[in-house]
Amino acid sequence: MYAYDELDRTLLHERVEEFRDQVKRRLSGELTEDEFKILRLQNGVYLQLHAYMFRVAIPYGTLSTKQLRALAHVARRYDRGYGHFTTRQNIQFNWIKLAELPDALADLAEVGIHAMQTSGNNMRNVTSDQWAGVAPGEVEDPRIWSELLRQHTTLHPEFSFLPRKFKIAITASEHDRAAIKIHDIGLRLHKNADGETGFEVLVGGGLGRTPFIAKTIKPFVHGRDILSYVEAILRVYNQYGRRDNIYKARIKILVHELGIEKFGKEVEEEWQQLRDSALTLDDGAIEEVRSRFSYPAYEKLPHMPDELKQAAHDPLFERWRKNSVFPHKVQGYSIVTLSLKPVGGPPGDATAEQMDVIADLADRYSFGEIRVGHEQNLALPHVAKRDLPALWKALDKAGLATPNVNLVSDIIACPGLDYCSLANARSIPIAQELTRRFANHDTAGLIGRLHINISGCINACGHHHVGHIGILGVEKNGEEFYQITIGGRADEGAALGTLIGPSVPYGEVADVVEDIVEAYLALRYSPDELFIDTVKRLGVEPFKERVYATR
Amino acid sequence: MPLVKNGKIATDIYAHVADGAEIPADGAILVQAARFLDDPEALLRRPGKVGVVWPNNRDLDELVPYLDRLAAVALVFPSFRDGRAYSQARLLRERYRFQGELRATGQVLRDQFVFMLRAGFDALDVKKEKDADAFAETVKRYTVFYQPTGDGRTTALSRRTQLRHSESASP
Repeated sequence: MYAYDELDRTLLHERVEEFRDQVKRRLSGELTEDEFKILRLQNGVYLQLHAYMFRVAIPYGTLSTKQLRALAHVARRYDRGYGHFTTRQNIQFNWIKLAELPDALADLAEVGIHAMQTSGNNMRNVTSDQWAGVAPGEVEDPRIWSELLRQHTTLHPEFSFLPRKFKIAITASEHDRAAIKIHDIGLRLHKNADGETGFEVLVGGGLGRTPFIAKTIKPFVHGRDILSYVEAILRVYNQYGRRDNIYKARIKILVHELGIEKFGKEVEEEWQQLRDSALTLDDGAIEEVRSRFSYPAYEKLPHMPDELKQAAHDPLFERWRKNSVFPHKVQGYSIVTLSLKPVGGPPGDATAEQMDVIADLADRYSFGEIRVGHEQNLALPHVAKRDLPALWKALDKAGLATPNVNLVSDIIACPGLDYCSLANARSIPIAQELTRRFANHDTAGLIGRLHINISGCINACGHHHVGHIGILGVEKNGEEFYQITIGGRADEGAALGTLIGPSVPYGEVADVVEDIVEAYLALRYSPDELFIDTVKRLGVEPFKERVYATR
Repeated sequence: MPLVKNGKIATDIYAHVADGAEIPADGAILVQAARFLDDPEALLRRPGKVGVVWPNNRDLDELVPYLDRLAAVALVFPSFRDGRAYSQARLLRERYRFQGELRATGQVLRDQFVFMLRAGFDALDVKKEKDADAFAETVKRYTVFYQPTGDGRTTALSRRTQLRHSESASP
């Protein structure tokens, strides 16, 4: 956990007071809606279909139990008793009142949480691997660097009015759980031949209307230079990114139009001017931030405790353990994913009561720490294996032990037309219907790893381009239709999915997905061949033939 | 439109020369970039200070050779949402060491004052009277800054490092 110091806390309070003043000036009419809009967006406040929506940052996906309880409090006190975890380590509240927002922000500031730059054309929440610091084989904890970047990007005097939003993600593992290749800047932490820490820097990834996978701009940037290098990229983008067309304003378009070589050359020239400056991080500065992260005092525990051996006789426990429990870097401990995808539920939602239960369980079993992943699930990062059976019972009681992590019903979805003013079509009911179709966990287990992503419009908040099966809602003559792609992925092998055929109406989406899954089961080489690998081996055609033969 | 200079409401000594208008024989003038580049030497020779209004989409390279003879550069925010002039301001101050008046013009509003000062502006053509009146209290909003910029405010990181050194030095 990173502990805020007096300076971090002061800045947060100053920010809340500034926003309180801005809301006051808006309510009195001193600020026009056009002027206020940008200010509220920079504090995470959108105007949605029914009400204001409030997006709170969970930097690099790490939460303390105190913080999670504060989120539960906001859900209860200012909203309708629940929150929605997003694909970028944020949580959204959908029914907040403008006049109460400053108070909600002040309550969150008490526990070191903020909503700064969770929307607007500025640098957004810096995200990372939800297993940071506990994943086996990790190069080093990427959150140290995420926090350095969080601070550097917060209220940046040069880059708070960019052409468009700007997202940075960091991973330090071979397997990319932070989806860095679909970010404006993706950072892969690794070591050079001299054993020094640095980053492969990728740039220009992003989804939306014109999706691109990020390209490598520099294979190794030394850790001490990461702020100046990021600053160089931002400066080139701030000056030359397009501002004439909102759909062409992301850095991916600039990178695409210039080409990565030319863009890289511009950045390099800028960086040569910037690299030896106050932005260079000396060891003391890095150490300063590192020292504010605390780590649990792990016990020396057996690999296979008796409690686990006994519980193995319970098939329900075993099914959950095999699905939701993952190896930890310390012997005797596990990482436990908490599925927020119950059968028939909206993906990523948690009630205030569930948040409180999770906080209590994290205090008891996970050294008071919770993680949030881009898949819209939570994780307890330090669970002793001997505690797994007891934890499972408690989670199951709270509806948080659905054994579907990484399976077909672990769906990523945006809020869609049920909430969002940009959406063309509903996302949540499609996800709910699919979880019912695949409610049989044994069947889902048989199908294996399969990611379905749903977006209610081309803005792609549900990351449909990179779903193994991607579902995109479009509007056709006033009706909801859905385009379906297959073969996308968001990890280290990131790829965009391919359209499988003509769009289908709302009522047929679940049938089509079932047909695709059936086609896969018939086509796969062996039960070990994942859906995504079958698509890669065979291409779209055999799927298309089977799905559209009868349509 | 009130001018706030060095923290106080001030009289604008510059005559704003509209495109095509005659250039006064003496006194301080603020001219558009294209007009200035037509014959910079002639303008710089005349008695009186010269300031140039530089658009936010024009490369600074053309202006740099004249910086040490210019009394002011005015950068433009066509909308407060367009942040290009922040980069230009920092480049002028931090890279090209421009010492003259650096003025923000256009849609200059209260909620961007701190960003502008941090980027190196020392004169703001404030759009609303009320915002200009609130200048002093607005710029006190923040006392903590994460990024090092040319305005010289101490960053959080260096304050922490200093604190740590003083702690470890004490008995």
